[in-house]
Formats: sequence, C-alpha cells, structure tokens
Amino acid sequence: MALDRWIALVILLIFAAYGYGAWFTMDGSLPPFMRRNPIWPSTFPKVISILGILTALIVVSGIEQKRPKSGAQAASASVYRTIAGYHLAPAIALLALMVVYAFALRPAGFLLSTVGFLMAGAAILGERRWITMFVVSAIAAGTVWYLIQQVLGIFLRPLPAFMGV
Amino acid sequence: MLEGVLIGLQTALSLQNIAMVIGGCLIGTFIGMLPGLGPMSIIAIMIPVAISLGDPAAALILLAGVYYGAIFGGSTSSILLNAPGVAGTVATSFDGYPMARQGKAGKALTIAAIASFAGGTIGAVLLMIFAPALSSVALLFHSAEYFALMVVGLSAIAAFAGAGNVGKAVLMTLLGLLMATVGETTMAPMPRFTMGMMDLQSGFAFITLAMAIFALPEALYLVFDPARSKTGEAGDIKDLRITREEAKQMAPVVGRQSLQGFFIGVLPGAGATIASFLGYAVERNIASKEEQDKFGKGSVKGLAAPETANNAACTGSFVPLLTLGIPGSGTTAILLGALIALNVTPGPRLMVDEPQVFWAVIISMYIGNLVLLILNLPLIPYIAKILAVPRNYLIPFILFFTLMGSYIGQNNSTELLILVGMGICATILRFADYPLAPLLIGFILGSMLEDNFARSMQLYEGVAFIWERPMTLALLVIAALLVLVPSYRARRAQARADGVADGD
Repeated sequence: MALDRWIALVILLIFAAYGYGAWFTMDGSLPPFMRRNPIWPSTFPKVISILGILTALIVVSGIEQKRPKSGAQAASASVYRTIAGYHLAPAIALLALMVVYAFALRPAGFLLSTVGFLMAGAAILGERRWITMFVVSAIAAGTVWYLIQQVLGIFLRPLPAFMGV
Repeated sequence: MLEGVLIGLQTALSLQNIAMVIGGCLIGTFIGMLPGLGPMSIIAIMIPVAISLGDPAAALILLAGVYYGAIFGGSTSSILLNAPGVAGTVATSFDGYPMARQGKAGKALTIAAIASFAGGTIGAVLLMIFAPALSSVALLFHSAEYFALMVVGLSAIAAFAGAGNVGKAVLMTLLGLLMATVGETTMAPMPRFTMGMMDLQSGFAFITLAMAIFALPEALYLVFDPARSKTGEAGDIKDLRITREEAKQMAPVVGRQSLQGFFIGVLPGAGATIASFLGYAVERNIASKEEQDKFGKGSVKGLAAPETANNAACTGSFVPLLTLGIPGSGTTAILLGALIALNVTPGPRLMVDEPQVFWAVIISMYIGNLVLLILNLPLIPYIAKILAVPRNYLIPFILFFTLMGSYIGQNNSTELLILVGMGICATILRFADYPLAPLLIGFILGSMLEDNFARSMQLYEGVAFIWERPMTLALLVIAALLVLVPSYRARRAQARADGVADGD
C-alpha cells in the first residue's frame, strides 16, 4: 500500500474517534433546556464525521486513484526512493533543535536561546565560520528582541532566569 | 463610489499606510525571489507583525503588498535562473528564461515588470467596479445562502486543488473542518474535543497552523533537497529598454490577459497559477503561425501573457474575500484569518461598516503596483544579487521566524511544540501529495460555516432550509457537482485508457 493510502487510513481512524465522540459521548453533558434546540453542539461534528469517514474510505480503497503501471508496489517503492535521495538527517536535527528551543526559551532567556538556535541551525547545515555566525545571530537576536519588546510591546525574558527579570 | 474612493485615498495616503505598501512590496519581492519560498509562507510569517499593528487597514495593505510583491519577485528568479520562486510564475520561465539566455535578461525583466504592472492596475480597476456590485447582491443573502456559498467555495477549492485526485483534497478540507470544531463553540459554553487539554480550550491557533502548513514544510523541503535552493549565476543585466515594436506586440496580450486573469482569480480555487498557465496557452493558440513557433524560445507575447494574468488573478482573488468573506485560495485564506484576528469580519457588511478598510486596500493596490514598477525597474540588477543569500543562514532564520510567529501569537511555549508536531504532519502529507491549502481554508471557514448552519437550523427548526430556499438548494447542487464531476470524468478517462491498454 502506498504512503498516501496509509495516511488516509490514519485519517480514517481520527475521523472514527471524532465521530465516536460526537455521536456517543458529547450529548450526555448537554443541559436539558438545550435539548429542545434543533441544533446541538454535536450536530455539525456528526455531519463532518460521516462525510470524513466516507471520503477517507474512498481514498483508502484507492478506487479514485490512477492505477500505476505495475501495481501499487511500484508507486510506494518510488516514494521511498525519492525519500532515500533526501537529506533526512539535517532536517530531523533541525526539528529536534526547534523542540529544544521551545523548552529552552523560558528558562534560558530569549537572547541566549536564539543565538544558540541560529548558530546550531547554521552549523547543522554545514556552516563553519563560527565568528561570522555568532555576529549574524547576535545582531538578529538583538534586533528581533528589541522589535518584539519595544515596538510590539510583548514581554520576552531576555536573559536566563537566574539572572533576574 | 466616488465617496468610497475618497475615503480610500484618505486612508491609503497616510504616512503609515504608504510605508506599509512600500515595506510590503519590498519584503514580498525579496522573499518571492528566493527559489522555493512561496507567497503563502511569507505571508504566514508576516501575520504576527500585521496583527500587532492593530489597524486592520494597515495590516491588510501590508499583507496585500507582500502578496503581489512576492508574485513579482517570483518572476525575477523565473527569468534569470529558470527557478520559479512561486508556482504562479512557472509559466513565466517558459519564455523568460530563453530570453535571458539570449542575453536579453534586462529586456525580459522590463517586459515582465510592465506586464505585471498593467495586469495589477487593470485588475484593481475591475475590482473597484465589481466588488461593490457583488457586495450589494451579497447583502440579500441569508445565513442559509451563506452556508451554501461556503460549501460551494470549499468544494471548488477541493476540486481545483485536487487535480485528478479530488478525494484527497476533500479529505483535507474535512480535516480542516474537524480541526475548526476543537475548542469552545458559540452555541454552548462547553469545550469540544479538547481531550481535557487546557491549551486547546480556545481551539488551534490559526497562525500556528498557517506556519506549520506552509512555512515549515517549505523550509524543510529546502533542507531535504539542497538542489531546490541552488542559486546559479544570474549574469549581467543590462539594456532594460524595449522597442516600440515589442510594445505593440505586448499591448493586446496585456489587455486580454488582464481581463481573463482577473476573472479566473475571482473563481474560488483557481488562482494565479491556473491563470498564468491558461493565459499562456490561450495566447499561444490565438497567435499567428510564425509567432506560435517563437513561443518557448523567448517570445515577447509568451512572457507578457502569464505575467499579466498572474498579477490580475492576484487582484481578482480579493473579490470573494472582500465581498463575501470567502477566501478563494490559500493566500486569501491567510488574509481572512488575519482580518478576523483584527476583529474585522470580511463580507458584504465590510463596505458598509468599515469602508476605509475596503477602499484603502483597493487604492493601496494602485500605489503598490506603481511602487513595484518604480522600485524594480532601476533596481532589478541590484535586487537580483539577493539570489546569492547563503542557504545555511536562510533556513535557520525561516525556522526561527515561524517559531517566533506562533510564540508571539499565544505567548506560550506549548504552542511551539504544537507547531513542530503539526509541521511534521504537514511535511508527511506533502510527501504523499495531499494538497494542504484546502486544510487551512477548511479550518478558517469551519467556524463561520458552523455558525451559519446553526443559524439557519434555528430559523427553520431543522434542515428544511435546504429545500425551502431555492437559492440554497441550487448552490448546494453546484457544490456537489463540482466535487463529483471531475472525479467521474477521471474515472471514465481511466476506464477508457484501460480499454486501450487491454487492446495492446
């Protein structure tokens, strides 16, 4: 089965869980006076869940798809071949870096974590001129902090937590 | 209308708004030029800035400037490098790049700039004529028609975006609608589908979703495949002048394509990309025999056609946004989201309630097109240097701006994790050829769709409004046909192809 049909299967499960919630669990907590309404908070989700399950079934079954020349296996093989040609490692490293940034932003402060993020990001992509990298990241972090804090007026802790503010 | 134009002039000509037009056009041109980055990701990144401006007119002017600036910038990289930055300018490279190879890069850029300017300006005139007219018709619509109209919009978008695979596009639209139902409703003070998480109480944040769907996968794709962002040598650009002969060739093309492009842009789902390809094809078909041979080898007409059409279509796509409040493309969906965040509800009431927003945007389009022409013609040789920005710096910066955008919107680091998670999902979906624009449009229209549905249900005490209002019924039938006809035709073509294959 090709990648896109596996995804459709996952989406089908999401819609099934959603539909279960809409049809069976939501209405219990509805206050009695609202039951006289022609529309409940669960009405629209119920409609979507049915349409979603039907569409997902169509995509999973592949009746709509153009049949590849030598069966579905060739199609999935070609997908994996292109993925193999991709540089997956740096992309995953960058995503991991974003997660680290999310956790570091509050405790380490904006300036430190941003300079770290930009330098590490460039390093992952193969940049090795450390001094240029540091200068560029520091200027960028400082400018963005100034814009957000002073111009937009949104509080961002600039320095690590233990240094106050 | 004169009164409106004057209000628009008054708003658009304020110092702040002129700065917004110029800034938006510049940012759009710069980023649109970088291969692999489309207008949607730039606009997604610009949204937090626009929202924090606080003034809806200024925000929309800025974002609109970024939009047509990006289309304009995309044509520069198409012509110089054969590397379109934006899907809407792919057709520009058919004739623009051969022209640049012949050493006429300067001429090609001038033709593109003039064609874009004409397309954008004529588009703005048409917008000024048609938007108020459509808006006064739309004022007669009730919630039932609105509901039906949104269903038509969603199915048209799915039908166009799916290109032979409508099922996937419909599935994405429905997934967007599903995500829109997360959080509290207007109907009852109870959270839905939050799975007990406090962070989802107010639903998914639109900015985070826009970043995760458009900006993040594009940046990741640049990492996956370094060849996509490879920047070649742009070469020398000189001799920007065009001859009288060439101007004469261009004029009828520009006239036809401004009209055609505009009306294609108005249709939901068909945007600048379809307009530019169709414009190229039409001009090629109606050209004389010897001119037809020149297409693809550096024809003036072949370059002017897609450039005019894509800019006119950009402007046209504002018609449904401003008059009905229904976005026809991913980009206008993002603009709609930004407007809602600024407490402005686009729709037929926009012209009545907030005329300064409506008219200022239209007036700013004239200014923006002029700014692009003035800025770009003399500066093109210098601006083209930006094509040499090292990607080692570019990509971390794009990622950083997506992070900042969703952080500023919510002031919450959980949002960053949601961003990364959804970004990964969106990248996988893109791998598998799922169109992502319908997802975002479904998400943005979802709550409005449900509100209008709820209102009609209340008024008619049930679903009777579907058959008791002929217009609603007609619209819903159109919506069903839009989805079913292409997939039926694809199946029939498939069956026919199979028949031929069996005969071999």
